[in-house]
Amino acid sequence: MTTTPLDHDFESVTAGLVQPQLPRWAAVLIGAMALAVAGLLTMVMGWSVVGGAILAGLLFVIGMPTWSRVVEGGRAAADRLATCLVWGAFVAVLVPLIWLVWLVLKNGLGAISLSFLNESMRGVVGEGGGIYHALMGTLLVTLAATVISVPIGLFTAIYLVEYGKGSRLARVTTFLVDVMTGIPSIVAGLFALALLVLIFGPAIRIGFGGSIALALLMIPTVVRSAEEMLRLVPSDLREASYALGVPKWRTIVKVVMPTAFGGIVTGIVLAISRVIGETAPLLIVAGATDSVNMNLFNGRMMTLPVYIFSQYSSPGVPAFGTDGPPPGYARAWGAALVLIGIVMILNLAARILQKIYAPKSDRRR
Amino acid sequence: MAKSIDVSDLDIYYGDFKAVEGVNMTIRAKAVTAFIGPSGCGKSTFLRALNRMHEVIPGARVEGKVIVSGQSLYEPGIDPVAVRRQIGMVFQRPNPFPTMSIYENVLAGMRLNSKKISKSDADAIVERSLQGANLWTEVKDRLSKPGMGLSGGQQQRLCIARAIAVSPEVLLMDEPCSALDPISTSAIEDLIHELKSEYTIVIVTHNMQQAARVSDDTGFFNLKATGEPGHLVEFNPTNKMFTNPDEESTEAYISGRFG
Amino acid sequence: MLSSTEATGKPVVRLGDRLFSGTARLAAMLIMVALAGVAVFLVVEGLPGLSAPADIYRPADDFWSYVGPLVWGTVLAAVVALVIAIPFSVGLALFISHYAPPRIAGPIAYVIDLLAAIPSVVYGLWGGLALAHWMTPSINWLYDNLGFIPFFAGPPSVTGRTMLTAGIVLSIMVIPITTAISREVFAQTPRLHEEAAMALGATRWETIRLAVFPYAKSGVVSGVMLGLGRALGETMAVAMVLSATPVVTLNLISNSNPATIASNIAANYKEATPDRQSLLIATGLVLFIVTFVVNFIARLIVARSERNVTR
Repeated sequence: MTTTPLDHDFESVTAGLVQPQLPRWAAVLIGAMALAVAGLLTMVMGWSVVGGAILAGLLFVIGMPTWSRVVEGGRAAADRLATCLVWGAFVAVLVPLIWLVWLVLKNGLGAISLSFLNESMRGVVGEGGGIYHALMGTLLVTLAATVISVPIGLFTAIYLVEYGKGSRLARVTTFLVDVMTGIPSIVAGLFALALLVLIFGPAIRIGFGGSIALALLMIPTVVRSAEEMLRLVPSDLREASYALGVPKWRTIVKVVMPTAFGGIVTGIVLAISRVIGETAPLLIVAGATDSVNMNLFNGRMMTLPVYIFSQYSSPGVPAFGTDGPPPGYARAWGAALVLIGIVMILNLAARILQKIYAPKSDRRR
Repeated sequence: MAKSIDVSDLDIYYGDFKAVEGVNMTIRAKAVTAFIGPSGCGKSTFLRALNRMHEVIPGARVEGKVIVSGQSLYEPGIDPVAVRRQIGMVFQRPNPFPTMSIYENVLAGMRLNSKKISKSDADAIVERSLQGANLWTEVKDRLSKPGMGLSGGQQQRLCIARAIAVSPEVLLMDEPCSALDPISTSAIEDLIHELKSEYTIVIVTHNMQQAARVSDDTGFFNLKATGEPGHLVEFNPTNKMFTNPDEESTEAYISGRFG
Repeated sequence: MLSSTEATGKPVVRLGDRLFSGTARLAAMLIMVALAGVAVFLVVEGLPGLSAPADIYRPADDFWSYVGPLVWGTVLAAVVALVIAIPFSVGLALFISHYAPPRIAGPIAYVIDLLAAIPSVVYGLWGGLALAHWMTPSINWLYDNLGFIPFFAGPPSVTGRTMLTAGIVLSIMVIPITTAISREVFAQTPRLHEEAAMALGATRWETIRLAVFPYAKSGVVSGVMLGLGRALGETMAVAMVLSATPVVTLNLISNSNPATIASNIAANYKEATPDRQSLLIATGLVLFIVTFVVNFIARLIVARSERNVTR
């Protein structure tokens, strides 16, 4: 038997390329073994399920690279280890997320009913009561915050993009907006409070104070997103408008803003969803109350996040003779579900808006 | 309607950088004037100085005079916005407004200035302008569709219709065909021929054949050296320019020996 | 004819333009005024809190011994949160940018962003009602087996409401922020660098170490700093998990834990007298300065890395 030299070469090359590799089912096998060992130990030692799961994960992360090191060598083993760890990080982060969502759903759905949405806490001592006053408060306070922050944020963005290019005021403003993004929410609350105290004296608590604090937190988000969207508007369009003899301000209002409209609205909606769950500033300026108050400028005003906090921190006691968790906890979970629902709806709305308005800029050219 | 433009000793600066130096020329009314020259020689900058569009870039300024039928454009009391209503412009890339329909795009000049016009007047302006831009037959059944839905050549003609809808006296075109295919290009060139009976047209082009085909007068811009300002080398009737230019560098550029 | 106004020698600016640009400039200046207002009001209202009668500072006796444990608690909680959050954030960001199948990477990134949108009070609820209870056996285990480390010196808390629990809740709140920024810089790694590494026969992990990490280092650091900013300023999650005593301790698992500045304000605001109020505002001022410095450093790092990339 003779082989041609070509064949011979080919064989040696492929021989060099073929490296020992773990079989595909290696991960499954190790996973099963890790589970089995951990399960057995858990049962024998009487550990909790969670402990067992952590042990199984650890066994997998150790087992896979070890086997790989024996078969495939050190470099591949390091690669396998990194892959395991990265996947591990992902799974580990999912755990609290799913846990939290599941808890909120489980406890919240049980608490929510028509009366829960329709009643305030006025005169409620034990069971019963609802979030109506807090829901209204949240909507009013957030609405007022939006009304304050959107014009300021929008015009600031217009200044930065259209007028202030390179000026000192623009540079300072950009820097300050950066600083504002980092203001802790409780400091924003203290600011609003300090402002009101200067004007009205020390014992003041009104819903509008909360709006001021929230507006302070919203403005940087609105400026950032609006600025980005305005910059995306091609300068061709501005020039086309100028060349038609349209003054700059009309160009901005009628050409630039409509083109960036979708993105700007999306940014505003996202900004609202960020501040609607703020608790700390509202706790100190808007205060807490059991009753409905629709006047932003007079008296304490309950909001959903503060409601959750106060139901949590003073949950009451279960009805006489019954056992179980205090009634406030269930109300807190119910309110949390409503609050998360609002935030998710806002996020979804933002995403939909983005989808609707996004392709326009791509259709160009 | 159409007006001539006199330019004398025009220097254009971007901040401290002198982009164009010492231009003198007379652009005839109801004629097509073409500017040719290598990239970066300042011909587009000069074109933009004719309706003060270069002022859009911060720091840009001008020394010298541009006189449109007796009125100097750079007198202190002159409103650049009013100048641009009289001297329209068409850009390199077609740029219809993406938020507007074809109909609204044509009327953009009026609508954006909130001029009140009756529905019948508006219809008449749209039809006249689109016909003037040789686009009417192609789009008359879909006027309410977005302007971005047209082909590149149609978009560019839509932009021309938009420019002539405000009835300017001069039409500036900054390489209007450079983003278009040959067929659309020839449609635009035909259109330029027709438009010159009513408007003074100034066109910047990279394409020398195009300058030869469409223009009556031609100006050749060049740089003395890189980093130096651009300047007008020669300004002559197109025929003379392409057959027997005064300057040697013009001949060299036209015959393709450089640039 | 060209409409020309009287030749006044001034360039023409239309009324509409002047109004509009004036409004825009005003808005920009309002932001400056607002921030100056934050600083000024906090100082004006807080200054009396620096030198009030001694009994205001109960149980401490002057401002610095009052605020000291709070600063310590703030820093400790934030550090614990970061120590937990950094490896998970980097891992998660790598997962999204390099490991996950492309089809699910996008949705996962979206879900992680949603984590950031969950209100902090809900995290607090979860931490106080669910995690704390669940942490009790772990805390006992840590005490039994690792009690020799000062962090786990005990005695272990029976409620599970410890600094460690608060740190875990905070870390879950920090992870989305740090992940979002790390993911972005990982994804921006020049494709050519990665392909060059792969062409040299590097495994995926080696490619990441060779091409991705060096490029993304400063981006990750700034993401961590922003996360730190959030951890320092976070109020509710800490206030709802910890029951505070003013102590300075490394112990993460005992019953006596220092409060953070923010949670202390939230917890004491209701029954505050005007004197107490200005004391709390003064502590808020301290928090403002600390977060300002942290954010400032983060921006500096970002700015420097941006310069390096463009160079």
